[in-house]
Amino acid sequence: MSRDLVAIVCGMAVGTLARYLMLRRDFRQYPSYPHAVINHLALGFVAAMMGAVAIPAIVAKEYTAVTFLALAATQFREVRRMEREMLLALEQSELVARGKDFIEGIARTFEARNYLVILISLMTSGVTFVFGAFAGVIAGMAALTIARSLMRGQIVKDIAKVRPARVRFVGPNVFVEDIHIMNLALAEIRDIYTQRARAVILEPYDDTAREILANVGQRQAIAHDAAALLGVHREVDTAEFMPLLRRDPDTGRVGMIIVPIEPDEKCLVVAVENVPVLESAAVNPLASRAGRCATD
Amino acid sequence: MEIAINKLILAAVTTSRETVSGVPVFYAQDHEEQEWIAKTLSRVLEAIAHDLGNGTYILVRH
Repeated sequence: MSRDLVAIVCGMAVGTLARYLMLRRDFRQYPSYPHAVINHLALGFVAAMMGAVAIPAIVAKEYTAVTFLALAATQFREVRRMEREMLLALEQSELVARGKDFIEGIARTFEARNYLVILISLMTSGVTFVFGAFAGVIAGMAALTIARSLMRGQIVKDIAKVRPARVRFVGPNVFVEDIHIMNLALAEIRDIYTQRARAVILEPYDDTAREILANVGQRQAIAHDAAALLGVHREVDTAEFMPLLRRDPDTGRVGMIIVPIEPDEKCLVVAVENVPVLESAAVNPLASRAGRCATD
Repeated sequence: MEIAINKLILAAVTTSRETVSGVPVFYAQDHEEQEWIAKTLSRVLEAIAHDLGNGTYILVRH
């Protein structure tokens, strides 16, 4: 087998494997099995192929081929559009919506992972071309490990303390400790809340975390994940049972109330702690002089 | 640009006739009837009943 072919085959194999390992099919069941998984594996294979042929093409002085590869890479923008449109369309069927910010985050991740596959297969085929297949595969695996650790974003646990909290009523108004959540007129609904509602308080560790939790999309993502994991005591005609997160403007703390099917507070805390911090919600006021000065 | 009305008072249910106007109003004889009407309307309209504290409930689509 020629050196070119070995490099291309190694790059393609490691790249496709990398895409498979990056498809995290956890509780979210997204991408859904089997068809969406096949779609993404196929796209990952194309991305791996593009990365794998780049180095042999440059060595063979096939600059036109390399230019075409760069052009083809832009097609992966379509992946983001496809995911965004599909998730937005499905949003109507969710009892607790993901929210636009969460969807944008998911779509962006899918696009970015294809670019990572291109880089990993480029690395693998490059090293294979120079040092041989064994070294190439090792390099590819190392690149995958580095990429995965770098792409691992923060979760709510990293930015805030999540603890169970008490639900109380003052007249028709429901509070999580001292944070006002909403006004509920019907006694029957209030009774269900008194018996079954569970609440947590998110206490941000610093000003950056406070601003992340202020983001409405981030709070919607928390509500969605908590409802997906613990179930939600809600039907399409009972809007009262939508899980809600409200902020205390004085301290930046956020109170969350949900009427889950599984009324286990510890599980609720764990569910909330593991919600990803959305890229679109991320801000860092402490990185600026004005932000640091305002903290004092 | 898409313009949408997100929060909308769809109806009011009251035991106090003089406190509300301008929206569809349902008069109730007593508190019990008010709760019943408000509950039925909230299910039908997929809205939430809020208590204004003056004998009037409003049904709001959020």
